[in-house]
Amino acid sequence: MTTTEVERPAPTPRGPTEARRRRVAGLGLLAALLLVAAAASLAVGARALSPAEVWHGLFAAPESDQRLTEIRLIVQTVRVPRTVLAVVAGIALGVGGALIQGYTRNPIADTGLLGVNSGASFAVVSGIAAFGFSSPFQYVWFGFAGAAVAGAVVFGLSSIGRGAGNPLTLALAGQGVTVFLAAMTTAVALTDKASLNALRFWNAGSLTGVGFDVIWPVSAFIAAGLLLALTTLPSVNLLNLGDDVARGLGVNTALTRTVGIVAITLLAGAATAACGPIAFLGLMVAHVARYLTGPDYRWLVPYAGLLGAVVLLVCDIVGRLVVRPGELDAGVVVSLLGAPFFAVLVWRGKFKSA
Amino acid sequence: MRADGTDAAVDVKADVRTSVAPGVRFGGLSFVWRPWIAGVTLLLAVAGFLVFCLSIGVGDFPIGLPRVLATVLGRGEQVDEFVIMDLRMPRALAGLVVGVALGVSGALTQSIARNPLASPDVLGITSGAGAVAVFLVTVSGGAATAVADSVGLSAAALAGGLGTGLLVYFMAWRRGIDGFRLILIGISVNAVMQAITTWLLVTADIRDVARAQAWLVGSLDNRSWGEVHVALWCTLVLLVVVTTVAFQFKPLHFGDEVAAGLGVRYGTVRAVLLLCAVLLAGVAVSAAGPVPFVALVAPQVAMRLARCPTPPLVASGLVGALLLTGSDLLARTALPVSLPVGVVTAAIGGPFLVYLLVRANRR
Repeated sequence: MTTTEVERPAPTPRGPTEARRRRVAGLGLLAALLLVAAAASLAVGARALSPAEVWHGLFAAPESDQRLTEIRLIVQTVRVPRTVLAVVAGIALGVGGALIQGYTRNPIADTGLLGVNSGASFAVVSGIAAFGFSSPFQYVWFGFAGAAVAGAVVFGLSSIGRGAGNPLTLALAGQGVTVFLAAMTTAVALTDKASLNALRFWNAGSLTGVGFDVIWPVSAFIAAGLLLALTTLPSVNLLNLGDDVARGLGVNTALTRTVGIVAITLLAGAATAACGPIAFLGLMVAHVARYLTGPDYRWLVPYAGLLGAVVLLVCDIVGRLVVRPGELDAGVVVSLLGAPFFAVLVWRGKFKSA
Repeated sequence: MRADGTDAAVDVKADVRTSVAPGVRFGGLSFVWRPWIAGVTLLLAVAGFLVFCLSIGVGDFPIGLPRVLATVLGRGEQVDEFVIMDLRMPRALAGLVVGVALGVSGALTQSIARNPLASPDVLGITSGAGAVAVFLVTVSGGAATAVADSVGLSAAALAGGLGTGLLVYFMAWRRGIDGFRLILIGISVNAVMQAITTWLLVTADIRDVARAQAWLVGSLDNRSWGEVHVALWCTLVLLVVVTTVAFQFKPLHFGDEVAAGLGVRYGTVRAVLLLCAVLLAGVAVSAAGPVPFVALVAPQVAMRLARCPTPPLVASGLVGALLLTGSDLLARTALPVSLPVGVVTAAIGGPFLVYLLVRANRR
């Protein structure tokens, strides 16, 4: 026993600068991966396009050639919105997932935990049942409002009195509200065929059929959420030492937590409203990011965001390829592909609790 | 004993003695007598029994409480006998059994994983059962129909739930079971099962979807004595096993090292209890569908009512039974449209959990 320990070569000393360099390199690598995946997302589909065709579709001036105009149409009205949505929603869900684990100090926290998904579902289904909505542009606002209200209610409930900021209280309040809203959603869906039909498609988490009329406003909310999130990252690190320690180090815990929850609600709410509840993505990439970077949220959060975008893009591409001529929704692929991968990492003991 | 501070030592001893609850000993068995917990448990049992009787009495042909009691005890009139024993009893009893099974199952999983969010729902057991059932409902023809016709939807769903539970258990096994790993694996298996269900629902015919959706919510409609007997006896056997092992269970809350130090073979105890939890959840799902939330909320409510630091087993089962029977009563009588019981358990349980949290915070 002891001899093997002696014989093992000592680990090469690695200064903070090298760790930093490796993290920056990793971030660059992820950004490159994101570009490749985005390019592939433009090229792959029911009609596969060559790189030259994609380039033409993106940038060439309109001309009389029928074939090229068709390519322009495919790229600009179908592939580009879909790719942009995947990137934006992926970043939002990844960052949201990492942040909520940080704020709740709960390693199994997911944006679903704050009631965001169920609030959006309930609002969308109610909108469909009450007003007969049919296009995403109509119900995306309902979804966003529902997500925001549910998030605010859960956070409000968990911050009353002495238990304020207790991660378990937040998690349990989230579950209470989530299940309540899910039951209400089912009740509406069971009494109204049209909304049941709409619900099952929206629930699958799809990136199709959403145009720039939805993507721009959603992106604006997500950008606001990202900015808010960035301002609180150093405080999240301190919050993870426990509230008392954080307070002792001069963190305004109540303010930080409020800002953080607002950021998470903006991010997850906007993404969920646009493409339906994409479960598991935020949870998964947060753990993978923590494994890659360690517990420092200033690194963990950007990693989680880029990973979220890459994973969502890849899953969307895979969904277009596997059941041709049909498609698998991105949300379904995320679970089907991501879960086994995640399970293997868990089994190999890669993850520590947050 | 300290030579210079005898008095102080005595004081400390006296102090300790007053703060420890009195023990009770019956032959080889000994346990601690805690009046508050016993009182709460007794109160829950009485309340559960009353709601059970009320649930039997209420309906198109109302029967008063005394006559219900007489019939249940075997001294009722012929008419009451028929209405109660043939029509209402199976449903009410199914509610009771499923509630107890879910409550105990939730208490066990939450205690083993030492996390209140670890319920059979999170561990994928209910969604595994749901995926199998939805598959049988939506994929018509061929093997699926053959299975549904010969084995029955409930039994197939039970097999699905057990299979998923065992899959989670063996995937999480790595030189032992660790609560955190168990939950993470459970979440990922759960995600896969839900993805499969979603996909099946998206591709299916809308009429099948409504049927599948109704099953997925959990319902006590049209229970027959046959189904109830199966659920009842399975649950009773499992509860006996849990009771015999549960005495070794308490020390597990202090962590593996302490438990081992106190002479508990924690690996075996945990494996047996986890298997019991999976089986209880599976039995419940096969009898009533994946009724949501009871397994999560019942232990948490029981814990707060009994003022225990960990979910108490008996009280959790009773709260589960009370929640399910009460919700079914409400679903049948108070609502304008008939809704599956699962909708009502969530509609009652969710806010009640939130209320308990808020109240606990205020104190």
